[in-house]
Amino acid sequence: MSKITTKRVSRSRWGNFLVAFFLGLLGVFMILPIYYSIISALKPLNELFYFPPRFYVVNPTLNNFLSLIKLQAQSEVPFERYIFNSVLVALVSTVGYVLIASMAAYPLAKHKFPLKKLITNMVVFAILFRPEVTSIPQYIMMSGVNIIDTYLALILPAMAGSFGVFLLQQFLETVPNELIESGRIDGAGELSIFFRLIMPMIKPAWMTVVIFTFISTWNINGVQFIYSENMKMLPAMLSSLSTAGIARTGVASAVSVLLLIPPVIIFLFSQSSIVETMAHSGLKG
Amino acid sequence: MKKMSGFFKKYGMSYFFLSFWLVLFMFFTVIPIICAVVLSFTDFDMVRTPDFVGIQNYLTLLLDDEIFMKSLSNTVFYALITGPAGYLLSFVVAWLITETSKGVRSFLTLVFYAPSLAGNIYMIWGYLFSGDAYGMVNSFLMEWGFISQPVQWLTDPEYNSIAVVIVILWTSLGAGFLSFVAGFQQLNKELFEAGAIDGIRNRWQELWHITLPQMVPQLLIGAVLSISGAFAIGYQNAQLTGNPSTDYSTHTILLHMTDYGYTRFEMGYASTIAVILFVLMTVAWWLISKGLKSFSSE
Repeated sequence: MSKITTKRVSRSRWGNFLVAFFLGLLGVFMILPIYYSIISALKPLNELFYFPPRFYVVNPTLNNFLSLIKLQAQSEVPFERYIFNSVLVALVSTVGYVLIASMAAYPLAKHKFPLKKLITNMVVFAILFRPEVTSIPQYIMMSGVNIIDTYLALILPAMAGSFGVFLLQQFLETVPNELIESGRIDGAGELSIFFRLIMPMIKPAWMTVVIFTFISTWNINGVQFIYSENMKMLPAMLSSLSTAGIARTGVASAVSVLLLIPPVIIFLFSQSSIVETMAHSGLKG
Repeated sequence: MKKMSGFFKKYGMSYFFLSFWLVLFMFFTVIPIICAVVLSFTDFDMVRTPDFVGIQNYLTLLLDDEIFMKSLSNTVFYALITGPAGYLLSFVVAWLITETSKGVRSFLTLVFYAPSLAGNIYMIWGYLFSGDAYGMVNSFLMEWGFISQPVQWLTDPEYNSIAVVIVILWTSLGAGFLSFVAGFQQLNKELFEAGAIDGIRNRWQELWHITLPQMVPQLLIGAVLSISGAFAIGYQNAQLTGNPSTDYSTHTILLHMTDYGYTRFEMGYASTIAVILFVLMTVAWWLISKGLKSFSSE
């Protein structure tokens, strides 16, 4: 008999089997489309149109990726340009948002000042409003200041979200006040307390905000705010490819796969930070 | 004057830290919401100054706009199915993977969260649901004899809602799911031991009496995220089933709004549609948070 360290309610064997079965089935459903886009990206033309369609690839090839570059070389905007646009917008928004959201979360969690309660409530309430829902009045505001059809039309709204501020604020509440006090006694100003003391301590929280912001900006389509073809994002290019019909299946799948790689890599590196941060993400009633 | 400088000395730093984000937040969230409410009472085409028309837009929308009624009922239908189902799925999966070892749990978290990471890969569903016999779903169902003719999954009004619901559920394990996963790992272990001694027999009783009351904060934030997602449904539909879809069969309030806003530039009317959306989300949040909070005080 193995040593029992804690007393736990027993789990029936049948229950465990059912759990594994359910998770397995659902997991397959989750992964299948991703798997399918990967094999479609690797299929040569004759296999893409093989009948009946096969769920595996016999002669994998990188031709779809290569023709992506060739195809775009003939059009006015080269493929690299879309990648550049997406990387630029995602990086600037992510770095910018992490910085200003952390700065905003610090006083909300640790200072006392008038209107604090009101702003905190607004932060929570605003999580309800996704950018899609407020996009029309946002469009009107942005055309008022003439930033439609510039990168700013994608970057600035992405830096205005409240979910990141909420996560950072919740995490900051767990930082002991004594630590900040001792920093003040040592004569450190608020700015150096924030950058030298607070930022390193809340690293898991801003890593989490990094992944959420990166995913959402990396996946921006943005065609409502950007008209010039040479400033469009990768997803916008993908959606015009997939409306071009079945002949572009392989190339569109190749773009899908390229789009998937960066978020997955970042997620793998930040997963434990995410779990640590989300543990504090609850809404107190 | 002295009072002012005292105020700045005391609070200036706090406002300084807050200011960068707050300015953007005001400009892109708070003012647009107010702006939508104001414009909803006007006729505005982005060129001339807005004309005040009272509640005319609301009357037209609620009494004369059949497509709006269609999109309202579609939105409520999608929200009622995918909202609760996605929420429940997130919760159940998070609960079930809690008891696995750390490595397995990390792997499973990635598997279930992958569709949310994939963002744009839902386009691949367009090929899976493709209407001819080359579509994977059709080919599979025909081979196993469930159907004899290929089904037009994306264009037939009888079926395209099914396709849309499946794709939305596929991406429904998002930030709320991660919040649940984390929440389950920081539950108070002692309560479970005490429960086992007090006669809790199986995992269901344990879930109901010990786990759920401790999870209310996570359940609340999960609900906020679910509602915000459920009412923002639209772009996936447009991408999969076309915009507009056959007989507006998968048209949603969001699509109706962007149709009037970006295509026809009738910003007053589009704002009215936005306001209706805001009201629906707020009411849903009010009802659900009330329900969940009563759960914690039980």
